[in-house]
Amino acid sequence: MATASLRPCGDFRTTYRQDTAIFDTRNSRWAMILFLALIYVMVLVPILAPAVEDAPVLGTLFAPFVNAQYLSLAIQVCYWGIAALGLNILVGFTGQISLGHAAFFGIGAFASAYLNNTYGIPVIVTIPLAGLVAAAVGLLFGSPAARIKGLYLAIATLAAQFIIEDLFIRMDWFTGGSYGSLANSVELFGFAFDTDQKFFLFALTLTILLYIMAANLMRSRDGRAFVAVRDHYLSAEVMGINLTKYRILSFGISSFYAGIGGALYGHYLGFVSAEGFTILLSIQFLGIIIIGGLGSVMGAMLGTIFMVLLPVVMDGSVGLLASTEWGNTPMITNGLAFFKEMAIGAAIILFLIFEPDGLAHRWRLIKAYWKLYPFSY
Amino acid sequence: MTEDQPILEVRDVSLQFGGVRALSDVSFSVGRGALFAIIGPNGAGKTSMMNCISGRYTPTKGRVVFKGRDVTDLKPNQRAERGIGRTFQNLALFGHMSVLDNIMVGRHHLLKNNFLTGALYWIGGAQKEELAHRRTVEDIIDFLEITHIRKAMAGTLSYGLRKRVELARAVALKPDLILLDEPMAGMNLEEKEDMARFIIDLNEEWGMSVIMIEHDMGVVMDISHRVAVLDFGQKIAEGLPDEIMSNPRVKTAYLGEDDDDAPGTGGREVA
Repeated sequence: MATASLRPCGDFRTTYRQDTAIFDTRNSRWAMILFLALIYVMVLVPILAPAVEDAPVLGTLFAPFVNAQYLSLAIQVCYWGIAALGLNILVGFTGQISLGHAAFFGIGAFASAYLNNTYGIPVIVTIPLAGLVAAAVGLLFGSPAARIKGLYLAIATLAAQFIIEDLFIRMDWFTGGSYGSLANSVELFGFAFDTDQKFFLFALTLTILLYIMAANLMRSRDGRAFVAVRDHYLSAEVMGINLTKYRILSFGISSFYAGIGGALYGHYLGFVSAEGFTILLSIQFLGIIIIGGLGSVMGAMLGTIFMVLLPVVMDGSVGLLASTEWGNTPMITNGLAFFKEMAIGAAIILFLIFEPDGLAHRWRLIKAYWKLYPFSY
Repeated sequence: MTEDQPILEVRDVSLQFGGVRALSDVSFSVGRGALFAIIGPNGAGKTSMMNCISGRYTPTKGRVVFKGRDVTDLKPNQRAERGIGRTFQNLALFGHMSVLDNIMVGRHHLLKNNFLTGALYWIGGAQKEELAHRRTVEDIIDFLEITHIRKAMAGTLSYGLRKRVELARAVALKPDLILLDEPMAGMNLEEKEDMARFIIDLNEEWGMSVIMIEHDMGVVMDISHRVAVLDFGQKIAEGLPDEIMSNPRVKTAYLGEDDDDAPGTGGREVA
């Protein structure tokens, strides 16, 4: 979406094409491309030449990119991020609350594993197929949106969450019931993405692709229609927008993203079990997009990074506290798990009060601040 | 269809909400290229009439015929596709979108790209199409003199500008008939003059037929070709502006009876 923004001196837009670009300025686009390229290189080099890990200086440089914990966090950002992108299209852009996103995430995970295990379809194909399966289910459970809005719709999606969760246990043939099902690793032209390093590259590529698609969607006809339906549905209808179609379509697209995220999750863990897709995860997804910024494509990613890092930071800080003399009490050492949960809740509340537009907005403010410094406007 | 066939015919339209009759047996027709005004005291049913034409309400009785086709059972978005655009009395912009995007929404039914080609953007021609329509939208922005605010969020604009953006959005639909619900309410004299000029230009240069609800009698009598008067849901008069000005029933509806009515009731029976 085109928004008014600060532009560096002398950098003018002279064509409509420039004016509709995803990145505001040339510099921000190149910075992002360089940043991503750097990540690819830093992860790729140790895969191709494992010797660098033991090299004296290079070893420390590459250490974070072979660290198992960091990699698993990064992969989590990818699969949660994809799902959050989808939820933001539904909640942030179309303005329909969904409490069942985790269920669609789960459907993607099970569908991909099932299609691969049963029919032998390569995983690289089953991942998009899983997205389509989730989209179909999403369209079905989203159909009440044709008639109801707001709180009532939230309850309807809550029902979807519980129904689908229950089906995960009961549909043995599809999910393996309470045992869960195995998921193979991704393979492309005989190259297996079987280690965390390799899988991260695959997940990152998929995330970038889906991010660009979401950003494109929001600057074309149907994306604008979503926002129009959110902002003023009566006048959207008078502008020729079919409300029913777009309300349900939004569910479909959002579930597609959730399905892909879920499939990625399943193939990463190698095992899918029904317990992972509870309402708590749904709420966590909502928390991500609230913290990141409703109605911002970038916000979904920022929120995901925040949400993934929050427990790690809490772990670290509570651990630090516990190591001091006065912090080493049973309340703190035993309460570690609860602190993490509480931190998520507190973060959501604090963001709602102090930064309702989320991290994406804060990021814009920070950029503006640096551009204007030392003047305040 | 022929040239002299009216663009819009309203035949015996009645609208009832429970026991309230908002409209009863109203008929009129608007000629191609006409600038038609609907006036009447508050609560006379003018906006209800507008809603029946644009499709937000379905009349309890009667038909709405647009360009020779019965559109009574069509939804608002289908009517928009057939060429009916409108603005609202209470502003109805998309507040969190830029002015530009607001107007681009008006191009919705003229654009072909969908969520798939839109997401792929460069592949499948969505970008080309978007940019072509952007050009048209810029023409509309130029025409309505809102170039300086095209990147502003619609929700942050002043009242007069919002009205103008709303008009731009309706014009972007490329309608054959445009419905303007109090386009000049709450405007100062200068803004009113601008708006009147835009409406005349739309009518004469862009070839749109216009139906306008307006309370400013000076404007109505100056620019409209024909005027219909509603009172208590009934059409009490229709004709040329001068005829309406001198019509005794219209005077009564607006000013009340001259004779022995008690002050305070405004001359009208209190229901």
